Amino acid sequence: MEFTITNARLIDDQVVDVIVSSGVIAEIGNGLNKGEKIDAAKNLLIPGLVDLHTHLREPGREDSETVATGSMAAAKGGFTAISAMANTFPVADTAGVVEQVYRLGQEAGFCDVFPIGAVTQGLAGKSLAELGAMANSKARVRIFSDDGKCVSDPLLMRRALEYVKTFNGIIAQHAQEPALTVDSQMNEGIVSSKLGLVGWPAVAEEAIIARDILLAEHVGSRLHICHLTTAGGVDLVRFAKSRGINVTAEVTPHHLLLTDDLVTDYDSVYKVNPPLRTERDVLALRKGLADGTIDIVGTDHAPHPTEDKDCEWQSAAFGMVGLETALSVVVKAMIETKMMTWADLVDRMSIAPAKIAGYLHHGQILKVGATANLTIIDSNANWIVDRNRLASKSKNTPFEGMQLPSRVVHTFLNGKQVLSNGEIVNGGAIE
Amino acid sequence: MAIVLDAGEIGRALKRIAHEIIEHNQGLDNVVLLGIPTRGAFLGERIAQFLKEIQSPVAVGTLDITLHRDDLRMRPPRPLLPTLIPSGGIEGKDIVLVDDVFFSGRTIRAALDAIGEIGRPATVQLAVLVDRGHRQLPIRADYVGKNIPTSSSESVKVSLDEIDGKDCVEIVAGI
Amino acid sequence: MNKHLLSINDLSADEAFEILNTASELAKISDGPMKKLPTLRGRTVVNLFFEDSTRTRISFESAAKRLSADVINFSAKGSSVSKGESLKDTAQTLQAMGADAVVIRHGASGAAQRLADSGWISASVINAGDGTHEHPTQALLDAYTIRSKFPQFNQSFDGLRVAIVGDILHSRVARSNVLLLTKLGASVTLVAPPTLIPVGVADWKVKVGYDLDSVLKEVDVLMMLRVQSERMANSFFPSEREYSRGYGLDITRLNSLSKNAIVMHPGPMNRGLEISAESADSHRSVVLDQVSNGVLVRMAVLYQLLGGATLTGEVSA
Repeated sequence: MEFTITNARLIDDQVVDVIVSSGVIAEIGNGLNKGEKIDAAKNLLIPGLVDLHTHLREPGREDSETVATGSMAAAKGGFTAISAMANTFPVADTAGVVEQVYRLGQEAGFCDVFPIGAVTQGLAGKSLAELGAMANSKARVRIFSDDGKCVSDPLLMRRALEYVKTFNGIIAQHAQEPALTVDSQMNEGIVSSKLGLVGWPAVAEEAIIARDILLAEHVGSRLHICHLTTAGGVDLVRFAKSRGINVTAEVTPHHLLLTDDLVTDYDSVYKVNPPLRTERDVLALRKGLADGTIDIVGTDHAPHPTEDKDCEWQSAAFGMVGLETALSVVVKAMIETKMMTWADLVDRMSIAPAKIAGYLHHGQILKVGATANLTIIDSNANWIVDRNRLASKSKNTPFEGMQLPSRVVHTFLNGKQVLSNGEIVNGGAIE
Repeated sequence: MAIVLDAGEIGRALKRIAHEIIEHNQGLDNVVLLGIPTRGAFLGERIAQFLKEIQSPVAVGTLDITLHRDDLRMRPPRPLLPTLIPSGGIEGKDIVLVDDVFFSGRTIRAALDAIGEIGRPATVQLAVLVDRGHRQLPIRADYVGKNIPTSSSESVKVSLDEIDGKDCVEIVAGI
Repeated sequence: MNKHLLSINDLSADEAFEILNTASELAKISDGPMKKLPTLRGRTVVNLFFEDSTRTRISFESAAKRLSADVINFSAKGSSVSKGESLKDTAQTLQAMGADAVVIRHGASGAAQRLADSGWISASVINAGDGTHEHPTQALLDAYTIRSKFPQFNQSFDGLRVAIVGDILHSRVARSNVLLLTKLGASVTLVAPPTLIPVGVADWKVKVGYDLDSVLKEVDVLMMLRVQSERMANSFFPSEREYSRGYGLDITRLNSLSKNAIVMHPGPMNRGLEISAESADSHRSVVLDQVSNGVLVRMAVLYQLLGGATLTGEVSA
């Protein structure tokens, strides 16, 4: 399969044509013409985005999302690779389940789906899952996480960090001290006091981060902190890096933009784990992402069916969908505020996550021979979020009705176009 | 704007009404005056004062009819005005309702309903300062200060010293 | 006035006084000559109680019936309906019943707002207590009671000193009272062990103290809140004995109150824990007045919401 992308603008503002052939970039130049022509109309061409934190819900909760619909949402959002968290039913704690998820992703063919394996059996936090088996399976799992829950037992966390050194794996921690967050509903602060909702103190997140940073240092292993949400957490990661500790950190788009003030009307679309925090935290997270303390953006795409959100706050599920709005929200929070450049964005949303996870065919600098995982973005566009037009099966987006900048126009997966002018095309496994 | 009753005429009308009440009820022993707030209440007090001067003190109170109105649903909720039933009650009494302007009759219907909730008087009589016609219900007044025929587009404006700083009744042309 | 009463924030100071004044008038009529008024005839008020509360429910029921409204009692407590489903499904049933007002008590903070905002029903929603968030009619009846005992605070609570003592953290009565009392001009002090004071309290317009004895002489109103002994299990305080010793209203404390000070309690009381039996029954205690005033104030609220033209969602001019 061969085609030419014409009039593509690179990050350095050069306008070029790119020939894609047999899944790789074959030539970059001007006046090129091979096979079908796809006019990029001077829109931005970047390596496909990579998301290390999504919930695809399959197996078990196919009413909210499937690997296929999640992959479509990913393609619409400009992602060519996504990692699927393990808190499915059954839990992805065996080679069997991770291979199933991997296969479903390949069959859908809209993005590369890399399953994440659970750290503990059944996410129960009591004993290690068969990390080795998962690592050696067809899914070649390297990232392990109990996300949804915290590996709160310090001894177990230590063992997990040590164990994955065998295959250079990473433990991705969902930092939440369970004893401090019993029945917690939202950030503990001024708003929670007014609303009478049980608070979720920042320290519940930060205490675990602090502990795990020191554990990672002690055993010499790789630690990844999922969805950082507090200023204190950013400070801890900064401290860790200054000590040379091998820790990476992630922030969600929604935590870069939204604060707990939004909860005032008890609209459960804003209910998320970890919770929305304060203005001060948002600013610290932005600074952290800008200066690289926070390495990557991860959406924590968490679909929920209407009935799980259409109820009183206390009963509502935690989570927001995010794949289709991620890029635009990051542009709004970081590029429009001049805190980051497009080059920085490409690093945080493509190059760095691919590097951390070891996804060799993604996040590559655009040059001849690179795998053609590409995204084309209209950085001058503005669009209004309409939940009814999301590709995701679930519609729980906190950005409903908001006008957001930049729009993903085309996405190419391993040399095959999967998104054309904002519409999904060409699903199915790549031969 | 035309003045149809000045201060002097108002005073004389009320005094005449007082005499008529005494005559009709053959004395004041069983009479209870209930003024309908806001201005009916002041008029009730004035009539009571005249009755005291002419004959003897009489039981006087107020009856707010807001909660018994039949047009409540047509506007936002109205504030309640004071209700004060004299200590002797109304059971078996001759009630004289006092109001400033007698128009559709609905206010008095509401007053009759309110009285019905409280008890069973012997009689209910009505004294009004001005009767402007246009009755929508079969209700009549026993004592009338002045009959003033009006067209329905006009309105009758009663000013009383206690609340408006002057005493007069005016007809205001409508649009 | 707003179509719903979900929070004290839905009322301006004037609107709050309007309700108190209406209740005063109703007191004269309804407690005296006219027990029953026709004002809400033809309207249907539904009591939607997801939590047990016979007293509050009966109070609302009496209020509605005295205004000749039809009352339907819907108790969803203990039903096997799963989370979330219960509120939406029952709400849609109420709409089919033609409810004009729904009085809701629910264990989840924000449930009343959820019902009002959801678009499932067109009725006015009155919050009779949602989780640990608010209980606006309780604050209104408390204000009414205070006004009846201190006539000098008829138009404004400027100069009134109130102390609220107890489990502030979990108390919807405390939140509504703080909002209303400060809105009307009173100065409010919260007294509790630090574990029962919410983290965000610095944003509230109140003083905070951990020592009960130091505020006793300086208050006109001492409002005691119910403390649940279950809180001990989560280490909010070590023992009932220690709580009583530090924060209970016993006879010694009662006697050190200033001459005209009154003692209030929203009920039900834990005699012996936050309030001693003698204090509860003393001449300073206005607890029984609070209960009877509850009916009048709720009548006033129902009148304001349902007595006139059907209100739209906007606040009227």
